[in-house]
Amino acid sequence: MAISRVCVIGAGTIGSLLAGHLAGVCDVSVLTRRPEHAAMLREHGLRISGKHERAAEVFATHEAEELPAFDVGIIACKALELERTASQLAGHGQRAAMMTVQNGLGAEAVVARHGPWPIISAVTFMSGIRHSDVHVEYELDTATWMGPWAQTATPYALVEELAALMISAGLEAEAMEDLLPAQWSKLIFNSAINTVAALTELPHVGAFAQERGFGDLGWLVHGLIDEGVAVAAAAGVALHDDPWEMNVLAVARGETAHSDYAHRPSMLEDVLARRPTEVEFITGALVREAARVGVKVPLSTAMYRLIRAREASWQASPAQAVA
Amino acid sequence: MRVCIVGCGAVGSLFAAHLATLDEVEVWAYDVVAEHVAAINFGGLRLTGRAEIVAAVNARTDPGEIPPCQFGIVATKAMFTAEAITATAGVFVDGAVCSVQNGVGNEELIAEHVPRVIRGTTFPAGRVVAPGVVQMDTAGDTWIGPFEERAASAAEIERLADVLTRGGMPTVALADARGAQWTKLIFNAASNPLGALTGLTHGRLCELPATRALISALVSEGVAVADSLGITLDSDPDALIDHAAEVAYDHRASMLQDALAHRRTEIDALNGGIVRFGAQTGVPTPLNEAIVALIAGMEHAWSSQPAAASSEDGGGG
Repeated sequence: MAISRVCVIGAGTIGSLLAGHLAGVCDVSVLTRRPEHAAMLREHGLRISGKHERAAEVFATHEAEELPAFDVGIIACKALELERTASQLAGHGQRAAMMTVQNGLGAEAVVARHGPWPIISAVTFMSGIRHSDVHVEYELDTATWMGPWAQTATPYALVEELAALMISAGLEAEAMEDLLPAQWSKLIFNSAINTVAALTELPHVGAFAQERGFGDLGWLVHGLIDEGVAVAAAAGVALHDDPWEMNVLAVARGETAHSDYAHRPSMLEDVLARRPTEVEFITGALVREAARVGVKVPLSTAMYRLIRAREASWQASPAQAVA
Repeated sequence: MRVCIVGCGAVGSLFAAHLATLDEVEVWAYDVVAEHVAAINFGGLRLTGRAEIVAAVNARTDPGEIPPCQFGIVATKAMFTAEAITATAGVFVDGAVCSVQNGVGNEELIAEHVPRVIRGTTFPAGRVVAPGVVQMDTAGDTWIGPFEERAASAAEIERLADVLTRGGMPTVALADARGAQWTKLIFNAASNPLGALTGLTHGRLCELPATRALISALVSEGVAVADSLGITLDSDPDALIDHAAEVAYDHRASMLQDALAHRRTEIDALNGGIVRFGAQTGVPTPLNEAIVALIAGMEHAWSSQPAAASSEDGGGG
């Protein structure tokens, strides 16, 4: 099958970066959550700045019924929006495959409940800064890894073709026959970095990789990563990358690129904006998987609890609500 | 009797003003906040709230102007103990010095500079509301006893307890004050930083099962360290946590207030103390270590951001 029509579902930062690039090499439609967002995209197109400059024309709508036929759907909404988004897609994209790029674990299973699509698993390391509904800055031009989801009959050739299409559009992509090792590497990395960043309100700075002195954050990050590695081992997953090395590299990349730059993990952005975080899909998923395979993860459990409590602090207390 | 309060912030002022109500006690105070010192010398040290006192206290920013004293009471924030006692060591060449600070490790620092040391734990609390004026929010007891490695005599400890009690700060002299200190330490270390990290009041931390479980896990590590040191706690810190949830539901931990004002916290003397003593006796304290790292990370984040409106409480000696 030749992929010539891609539908990007969810036009947040990642979705916009995908749509803005892919529109240069194939037909792109975009399904937005808000009607006014779709109207803005239809009127102004989509601008990418930063690492690449692109001005893309896209078909955009907030109604799944209005979507033109497509070969591949890329579901790029937040994990918290996935259930609602996937249910909207039921009955659409008849002969299409769907790719999930959500953080954490379990996105594929959510999507599979709503349709018979072959599913491609993906994790993405690229990042951007959303300036408006129609302008996203391409910040980190790091890779998206993708592979066939084992529970659906997804041909590996299709994954390779989609990766090649993304590369031709200027993105970094890599097809893998088994994505689980990479997905777990990212899960473990993400769980440690996101929770530490969200609780300390520090972006991903050098301190995350320092373990020299009392109170350095590297000890904690390393402890969290070691727990995740033990869970992966017990679950029979051989990791693609060592998550601690990913941390060291990410910090070094930030520091050498230019000195005052450090990436703000999405959970930190969520905490600063007092939005619900994706902790349930990241650290929560890791803690549940740990319980399933019988591995103790006290540090990850503590971080999970602290983030849930932080989220609770944004709601009025029951006592205050009564008073 | 001559007593010098080292660090005349909120807690130090409660001790200074109450002691100064006794004719037999001459009270001196060392503090680094010049405005506060000048106001005390000009109009007296004034307590409001739970106590209404205007006391004659001789306050100084220069310890060289303070005469030798028989007793010292150190009430700085724990991170200022070393510099405060280094500065005032000359006042206590033949004195007994009592810490009434938060956390553990203060007595060890004080003992490097003075001949005899008293271990203390206090519950009264307040805040500096204006230079020379301290609002007393909470009354409560103080427990004092010898610091084992450089102990004051039982007679000295009783004498200090007696004057404090008669001055209006009920104080109990004990042969071993470690149980009281570690009970408060474990309580504070399990609850204060969680307030700072989550923004929740004490009551809400306790009613959410997730944070209540985390509190218990932190308490367990602290209790294991206390056990390894041969310390018998005064009461079960977990039960104190639940009691506080009933009587102080809306209380925002001092560390949460520090976090909101981007002020340095006492994490090193609280959870850091549990970690250090645990390392000495070989008791693992991974959760307390994690909390130390997170709070240290928060402080690191503040240092790169402009501080929110800060109401420095003058407690830094």
